[in-house]
Amino acid sequence: MSNQISVGDASPGCQKVDPILVADNVSRQFGGLTAVDVAHVEIPRGKITALIGPNGAGKTTLFNLLTGFDKPTTGTWTFEGKNLAGVASYKVARLGMIRTFQLTKSLSMLSVIENMRLGAQKQAGERFLAALIRPLWRAAENRITEQAEELLKRFKLDAKRDDFAASLSGGQRKLLEMARALMAEPKLVMLDEPMAGVNPALTQSLLDHIKDLKSNGTTVLFVEHDMHMVRHISDWVIVMAEGRIVAEGPPAQVMKDQAVIDAYLGAHADIDLGTVSIKIAKDDN
Amino acid sequence: MDWSLVFGNAAAELISPTTAAYALAAIGLAVHFGYTGLLNFGQAAFMAIGAYGFAVSVLNFGLSFWQAIAVSMILSVLFALILGIPTLRLRSDYLAIVTIAAAEILRYVVSTTSLKDLTGGSSGLSGFATEFYAINPFPTGNYLFWPFDVTEKELWVRVFGWSIVALATILVLLMMRSPWGRVVKGIREDEDAVRSLGKNVYAYKMQSLILGGALGTLAGIVFVLPRAVQPGNYVTGLTFFIWTIMLLGGAATVFGPIVGSMIFWVLLSLTEGVLQGLVNMGVITFLSTDQIGPVRFILIGLGLMALVVFRPQGIFGNKKELQFNV
Repeated sequence: MSNQISVGDASPGCQKVDPILVADNVSRQFGGLTAVDVAHVEIPRGKITALIGPNGAGKTTLFNLLTGFDKPTTGTWTFEGKNLAGVASYKVARLGMIRTFQLTKSLSMLSVIENMRLGAQKQAGERFLAALIRPLWRAAENRITEQAEELLKRFKLDAKRDDFAASLSGGQRKLLEMARALMAEPKLVMLDEPMAGVNPALTQSLLDHIKDLKSNGTTVLFVEHDMHMVRHISDWVIVMAEGRIVAEGPPAQVMKDQAVIDAYLGAHADIDLGTVSIKIAKDDN
Repeated sequence: MDWSLVFGNAAAELISPTTAAYALAAIGLAVHFGYTGLLNFGQAAFMAIGAYGFAVSVLNFGLSFWQAIAVSMILSVLFALILGIPTLRLRSDYLAIVTIAAAEILRYVVSTTSLKDLTGGSSGLSGFATEFYAINPFPTGNYLFWPFDVTEKELWVRVFGWSIVALATILVLLMMRSPWGRVVKGIREDEDAVRSLGKNVYAYKMQSLILGGALGTLAGIVFVLPRAVQPGNYVTGLTFFIWTIMLLGGAATVFGPIVGSMIFWVLLSLTEGVLQGLVNMGVITFLSTDQIGPVRFILIGLGLMALVVFRPQGIFGNKKELQFNV
């Protein structure tokens, strides 16, 4: 089977036509446990890639490794051709690879707008001495605020602009964290379970936002358990189990893959898990 | 019993140089804890660096007043680097352990007999403020009105101390309203989130440690100008008084520490005066006059407990922004 994303047939660790992120031999051991052991993986540029797998498959650990939040036992990886192994997490972010967290990290005691402004890059006023001289950073601050307000409007958080992030609901915090990540205008957004804990009523708008990202040319890599979301918005699916990549390919093809059914879907292979969340969403309305 | 004297003494604490010094140290601690979330339990050490750095520079190296202040500030930055480099990459608890230990180490070092020629050992240092009083712009005389009436020397040290408090307040206000302040407040909330947004969290924590420490050092200088340098002043208890003052006023505020310091010193003076008066008049029979000193700290402690229960954000704090919940 051929597609426009991989070179040749889709198989675990296959080569991509235009990869943005390429990782080799990335492994992470916690004592005797090998949490991640990825021989080779490429993330296609400008596409939405889903990273799925059962609990404990090493998805979040792989995220942490790639973004510099954890140090691998072995491995190298490049982002847009730049070697990222051993690079500090904040430098990874500055290169345009921004992640979110499974447990939302909204800065509760900062207002929503301040959360957003914090996401912006290249604000001179964030330097120690420049901070004292307002004219040095006022223009940038105005530009950042404008950009933040626009994003808040898109994410329907503009009414909450001056509220503390602590007063937002769980789903709104997910939205805020995603919007904040976009302030940096990243080339690659890595979303760790963007749907976890989100009210089904918000699911659709979150899905739309992720699709918008793609149409703006941003590459998206996300970890998700919600099969409905994986099926409907991803262009490519990578399946992990026990630290390894066991399958990849377009969603329709991957869902039929015997390795995936064994590793992930197990006994529930014949149930479209997606229908569950759709049904709840309808009931809510 | 002269009650007007008791209340006069208490009111005089409002503008005393000691109140100014404690306010300054508490503003520094607010930068550390209230804004950045750094658990610094060694603010007494930064004050000791101010006191000793200043006094030793003047007495042993013959430096001028301003040079001695500059030397203290350089020492303060070095001390912050020594504390910060190994600990700021770790969890916040480690900074707490290291700062409290470093403060004690410093106190033992300055009071050791082998350094007697330099630091005066356990008897401390005095006579280093001659130049400070020589540059006093106020002519000899009595100034202000009861209960704040002071001599020209007392006026000069008050004007100097409170001017530094005012400058520090403006500095911290400007910093915290800037994008730099936004980043450190973000670090207080969740440093991984701030890191994921491309900020060098370690560098910001270091800058904050240096800034708050420098204010503590200035506080140490203001504190010793009207008195001698005594190693016994820089015990861990001093650090906890500074914490009390900061929490009293509100940790994430700039004016809180100033008002906190005023309340702290007025209450200490008032409880001492009132208890002394009541004991002398025979109203309180179960206490002797020597027991009053410790008892007032018990009362202050009860007051702090009440504060934590009923107003955890401090007097000026915003309950939504920061509570006493570490």
